[in-house]
Amino acid sequence: MSLLEIKDLHATVDGNKILNGINLTVNRGEIHAIMGPNGSGKSTLAKVISGHPDYHVESGEVLYEINGKPSKILELEPSERAREGIFLGFQYPVEIPGVTNSTFLKEAFNSICKHQGAEELDAFDFNELIGQKCKGLNMDPSFIHRPVNEGFSGGEKKKNEILQMSILNPILSLLDETDSGLDIDALKIVAKGVNDLKSKYNATILVTHYQRLLDYIVPDFVHVLYQGKIIKTGGKELALELEKRGYDWVIGEKVQ
Amino acid sequence: MDIMSDTQNDPLDNDYKWGFETEVETEEFPKGISEEIVRKISAKAGDPEWMLDFRLKSYKSWLEMEHPTWQHVKFPKIDFQDIYFHSRPKSKDPKYQSMDEVDPEIVKTFNRLGIPLEEQKRLAGVAVDAVFDSVSVGTTHQDELKKHGVIFCSITEAIKDHPELVKKYLASVVPVKDNYYSALNCAVFSDGSFVYIPKGVTCPMDLSTYFRINAKETGQFERTLIIAEEGSFVNYLEGCTAPMRDENQLHAAVVELVALDDAEIKYSTVQNWYAGDENGVGGIYNFVTKRGHCLGKRSKISWTQVEAGSAITWKYPSCYLIGDDSTGNFYSVALTNHKMQADTGSKMIHIGKNTRSTIISKGISADQSENSYRGLVKINPSATGARNYSQCDSMLIGDESSANTFPYIDVKNSTATLEHEASTCKISADQIFYLQSRGLDSEQAISVILNGFCREVFKTLPLEFSVEAVKLLEMKLENSVG
Repeated sequence: MSLLEIKDLHATVDGNKILNGINLTVNRGEIHAIMGPNGSGKSTLAKVISGHPDYHVESGEVLYEINGKPSKILELEPSERAREGIFLGFQYPVEIPGVTNSTFLKEAFNSICKHQGAEELDAFDFNELIGQKCKGLNMDPSFIHRPVNEGFSGGEKKKNEILQMSILNPILSLLDETDSGLDIDALKIVAKGVNDLKSKYNATILVTHYQRLLDYIVPDFVHVLYQGKIIKTGGKELALELEKRGYDWVIGEKVQ
Repeated sequence: MDIMSDTQNDPLDNDYKWGFETEVETEEFPKGISEEIVRKISAKAGDPEWMLDFRLKSYKSWLEMEHPTWQHVKFPKIDFQDIYFHSRPKSKDPKYQSMDEVDPEIVKTFNRLGIPLEEQKRLAGVAVDAVFDSVSVGTTHQDELKKHGVIFCSITEAIKDHPELVKKYLASVVPVKDNYYSALNCAVFSDGSFVYIPKGVTCPMDLSTYFRINAKETGQFERTLIIAEEGSFVNYLEGCTAPMRDENQLHAAVVELVALDDAEIKYSTVQNWYAGDENGVGGIYNFVTKRGHCLGKRSKISWTQVEAGSAITWKYPSCYLIGDDSTGNFYSVALTNHKMQADTGSKMIHIGKNTRSTIISKGISADQSENSYRGLVKINPSATGARNYSQCDSMLIGDESSANTFPYIDVKNSTATLEHEASTCKISADQIFYLQSRGLDSEQAISVILNGFCREVFKTLPLEFSVEAVKLLEMKLENSVG
């Protein structure tokens, strides 16, 4: 059974049609890269899967494996999807003034544990977990006591997304242009976060503009999204080809 | 003190569960105000002659005063001849001798509000003065406090039993003619609390007053006076609720604090008066003058307020920093929703050398409400080395609410250091979605955001109080964010 199965998905935002029939199957253990020019619907796809209220699904279905069964998740609240193991790494992480990373993450972590019937962690154990994760990602542990994204640089915000992902240990990670605007060191942290998490149980969908991230994370599949549809699917070599020849090449091929 | 404990479940009363009314026989004076009413109030309280004089003079002053117009709140002209100035449960006069004499309905009311008054059920570690309309119906733990020399009783009792202290300090902090409502209060005030902490004593428990308005068309004129002698410390908490009615009711209080050398007073309020319905019908007018004198060297007064109720909140808990090296703090969370209005903030008047003050104000406005911060920081020529830090943050929820900031600064000594920060933000759907995408449901998300916004204020409240405050704010905002 697939972890995620998207069938003929159509979605709009502010009345504009963005997704025009997406079909995508993701199995556990796989890494998928979604590429495509600006405005092709990449971010929209990530937001629809995680349940952003501004995006309206017109038709189609998103099935996600819950308790061994493919379940329709479009009716679920974003928090319910998160508790079932879906994580969205934001392109523009939001600031929550006054709330420390650790306070918020502990509450999130325990909400997920509670839902999944796992034991909740007390402050002491949770801090230990955070310490380990920071160390694993070569991140400064003081990060965790700062207010969520407040006053963070662009790179720090993205690293914070990866830290959260690594703590919440999702089954399906959707990373929405997590690589954009990063220097090479931050990029390596992002890649390490994704690679460390990779196992035969979980899957990652990387939404990205550039091939650069794929030097560090090797995808099993690369999809090209254009005008709300997947117009080409290939292996990791497709990304390299896109880098060389640009999107026009695929789009042109499609048009012919 | 658990002002939130849910001891009832009235399905009709989901929004404001403190809005029930108690059937109790009351004795009301005729409506309106006149010299005769002032005399009657005085006689009922059993005032000595000097107190009657004080009231009559205050009444004359009030008659000569004009209602202010500078406030950023709107309400129809109050007809002072159409409200009852005094209402008390019928019973033995002038004061219950013991809790057994209190009308069981009143005891039940306070139980429902989470304030048990009976001996065996009393809250441990908190002494409570329970004020019902115009009178104090009982004060708990008085014997225990007496052992430490602490006086905690109603102001009416204090006028009789401790006249020397009352004469010395009453209206010494808030002069009769300070403002329109302080003059009115001086003429007609009924109960409120009196606290005296002797030299060197740390009050062995928290002191608390719970104000309940029950009677219809009745104003409540609370009067509270707290005196902390040299080197003493007291933590004082107050809570307030009223039934849901479609009329507006006036709560015009005067609260005075005096801290002598090295004394410290912490005064916390969780104000949850009935705020009117979503169309702005009914609710309490909370027009209050609260002021502290840091008279002594190194004395300290901290005001913490969580203002979540009232149709209109209009108050500026303030500190006069008179003693050298004294400190004044003001921490406030004011929440307005529906059609509520608030014009609140603080005044810090620096007079002594090296005096310090901090103002942290958090305004949250939702629906069509109006929330204003108004504050004054004044550095007198004598206040060499004075320092003030002010921070005023506003949070808007939805597109129809408004927030205003009116900061006034008056510096007459060039050695002073002042810092002022202000910000306005909105709870955005993006913030809520961000938290939801991490597994928090929408209620948890709002709670996390509110907690973060108000953190600096909540951390100054006693723990149980801060838990209550968070719950109260969440409940009020449940339908406003979404």
